[in-house]
Amino acid sequence: MEGVVFFIAAIGAVVGAIGVVAARNPFYSVLALIAHLFSLAVLFLLLTAAFVAAAQVVVYAGAVMVLYVFVVAYVGEAHEAKWDPVPGQRLFAGLLAFFLFVEISAAILSSGLKALSSHGPDVPAGFGDPAAIGNLLLEKFLVPFEASSLLLLIAAVGAIVLANRKPRPGAGGGVTSSGHSAPEARPGGVAPSPASQTPTPSVGAAK
Amino acid sequence: MNISWYIVLSALLFTIGAVGILVRRSPMVILLCLELMLNAANLALVAFSREVGNAQGQIFALVVMVVAACEVVVGLGLIVAIFRRKLPLDVDDLRELRG
Repeated sequence: MEGVVFFIAAIGAVVGAIGVVAARNPFYSVLALIAHLFSLAVLFLLLTAAFVAAAQVVVYAGAVMVLYVFVVAYVGEAHEAKWDPVPGQRLFAGLLAFFLFVEISAAILSSGLKALSSHGPDVPAGFGDPAAIGNLLLEKFLVPFEASSLLLLIAAVGAIVLANRKPRPGAGGGVTSSGHSAPEARPGGVAPSPASQTPTPSVGAAK
Repeated sequence: MNISWYIVLSALLFTIGAVGILVRRSPMVILLCLELMLNAANLALVAFSREVGNAQGQIFALVVMVVAACEVVVGLGLIVAIFRRKLPLDVDDLRELRG
């Protein structure tokens, strides 16, 4: 029974991951990532990590993905060129990925860890539930816990500062002109992005 | 299920995320692929935590989740800033470090 659940969740996770990479529309990528995260939460439950699974669903699929959806709706669909700017980029990426996977798997499976081919030791009933995690967080790992809260605060303030800054009037023209000349300078003869993405001279002149 | 199954699945997910970062050129999708790689690392952490029968690895996974949330927030702020400056949302066009 556990094996059946594992394989269903594993297939869901892999399909979701491939969907993230392969989807043309970023909105579908976000939806595939949500499916992937739910599958991972099932895997965490199989590994008796109930609190991590709940945090995965609530924090990731609930909060972070909502942020993604908002930004995708704000920015809109990106127009990616269907061909490679570097010739054979996808082929090399696939080759690299294959060797990376083989290398990681070989490194782990030949590491001689005896418990790798077992279920792991028998754990008590409360292993990984919110009470155990809370005890660990507030007693043994109190300093990392507070440091992560400080990190979250800094990130929130930094994101507001980054996204809210107005472009300077003088720098705006220079930036748009350099951004305009960049696509022509690309090797491989890639056509510049559509007009909705490239800044028009009238925008720079208006500033 | 043996722990090695989880570890191999984690390696596979990490590899898929790495491929996404290599072949995609939209910064938003690259951020999503970063999430894939971080989640693969999380799966490995929780699996090893189960292997040694010690819940401290799950604390590590939770901290990774916090760091991933921070990275997403800052990355999406950068994307919004790029969009408001009317620069192209393409990592091949954004390789000049100015502005």
